Amino acid sequence: MRSTRTALSASYLLAACAATAPAMAQQKSAADGIAEYRAMLADGNPAELFEAKGEDLWKTKRGPKNASLERCDLGKGPGVVKGAFVELPRYFGDTGRVQDLESRLLTCMERLQGFDPLSIAKTPFGQGEQLTMEGLTAWISAESRGLKFNLPQAHADERKTYELGKRAFFYRGGPYDFSCASCHGQPDKRIRLQDLPELTKNPGNGIGFAAWPAYRVSSGEMWSMQRRLNDCFRQQRFPYPGYASDVTIALGVYMGVNAKDAESVAPALKR
Amino acid sequence: MADPMRIRAQAAGDKASVRVLMAHEMETGQRKDAAGKTVPAWYIQEVTAQLNGKAVLTAQWGPSVAKNPFLQFNVKGAKAGDKISVTWVDNKGDKRTDEATVS
Amino acid sequence: MTRKKTLFLAAAATSAALLAGCAALESKPDYDALVTQMMTGSFRDEGIAKVDRLQQDASNAACSKAQGDSPPEDVVDAIQQAALKSVRMPSDGKFIGDWREGEKLAQNGRGMTWTDKSAAPAANGGNCYNCHQITKAEISYGTIGPSLYQYGKNRGVTDAESPAAKPIIEYTWTKMWNAKAYNACSGMPRFGHAGLLDEKQLKDLMALILDPKSPVNQ
Repeated sequence: MRSTRTALSASYLLAACAATAPAMAQQKSAADGIAEYRAMLADGNPAELFEAKGEDLWKTKRGPKNASLERCDLGKGPGVVKGAFVELPRYFGDTGRVQDLESRLLTCMERLQGFDPLSIAKTPFGQGEQLTMEGLTAWISAESRGLKFNLPQAHADERKTYELGKRAFFYRGGPYDFSCASCHGQPDKRIRLQDLPELTKNPGNGIGFAAWPAYRVSSGEMWSMQRRLNDCFRQQRFPYPGYASDVTIALGVYMGVNAKDAESVAPALKR
Repeated sequence: MADPMRIRAQAAGDKASVRVLMAHEMETGQRKDAAGKTVPAWYIQEVTAQLNGKAVLTAQWGPSVAKNPFLQFNVKGAKAGDKISVTWVDNKGDKRTDEATVS
Repeated sequence: MTRKKTLFLAAAATSAALLAGCAALESKPDYDALVTQMMTGSFRDEGIAKVDRLQQDASNAACSKAQGDSPPEDVVDAIQQAALKSVRMPSDGKFIGDWREGEKLAQNGRGMTWTDKSAAPAANGGNCYNCHQITKAEISYGTIGPSLYQYGKNRGVTDAESPAAKPIIEYTWTKMWNAKAYNACSGMPRFGHAGLLDEKQLKDLMALILDPKSPVNQ
């Protein structure tokens, strides 16, 4: 007996066909076909493997200081992980800056464990301590699954960062004159067959900002929001954004505040 | 040793639905790395599942199965409290066994 | 003692700016200055993608400031006139190339990213299907730009070389060369003006949508 993803997909497809036989008389659009494929994939998200790793990394003593991350403050107090993800990025008094999840993890890995944040930031995605970041972001986001985004804007720096994020979002440049808004500034658009969420407002539960980190099936990779932004800038034909740099944090605030009350589905599954 | 599998087993009526996520690179042996060298084949070849120690499923896999494979199957006669164990063996001879209790 | 490690220059610069802001007691931040600081401090060179790509010309600066709306009318006029002036018509006066080559180029979404090895036009695709429907057969098309299916047919082009077709031929060439000539904040890259595609490539794309024999116009 062979049990592969393709065989299972075939059986689901047969089930779907049987259930909707009258509707099948009409030809399915390409977009419908892709939506069906995505629904089939939805179960068994390999992101769970990364969640398990992340929980382990949070609780394990590591680094030159041989300490765990269990005292790390992600904004709701030291060690409080549940609900922290949907309130990031936010202002942190101990560093005096607005930070997103990855930036805050770098702070904790430096202060609690003795890691060098600059060298982690310089490490290419998919290698070394960037693998740690994959696991941690997957697990921490999972601990807020289903919760609604509610980024604080009480602090003046949080409001200022929102404004900077907005300006970054509309910043046109590079040889293609693209900005984030070129693709994400209007509703109901797509590149090829990839739907584009409108990020100037709340695009809905589990969409856009609410859909990352995510496991990308096409490359078998776990992508955090930092990695997603990195590849956005690459496709925009911009130069290389620094890992957890100010522009990435500012964009996180802009998108996150706009996504207020959207439910997070992270870590999600993507094509 | 390889990363653990995630196994969930849920009883429903006279059978249990078992879902397994396996952590494995599943290299086909066809890909080339950035330097142009072929990445060696490395994939799960055999999967077996047991219910309370008795074999209920054997599968032969090949390089067409995707990375971090997901397997779902139903087992007749399984009830809450029963033990499901899943084992995989790959072409390098590495193996991994994980267990779960049917809920 | 806390070790101060800043990831990038802008982190320190922005902190200083924030402190200055506090001292001034709620005075409105100079966002233009802060944005420049943020952008220059957050990016680095990688491959062919250099930080000078962040420098904005008049049109990008104005359209960025407008945040999705239209800039003031006089600014729009200035941008469009400058763009129109920038257009270079084909050196041999011929506009229509090979639609088969045009289709290949339209399908190609590569070019100009930091993972691309060269910035030469020969290394670049047209990226057209990313935003446009073009032939009927290709169902994997984007909707950021309008459909170009039956572009020439809908404009009555039966002979692309005829004097009757000249206005539409020149309009289309101008649009591809520098789309801002007709729309100051156009979302379409300036394929000729920015040196993304060369004359031959543009002629092949012209053929794809204007040649009566092209599948686009069947």
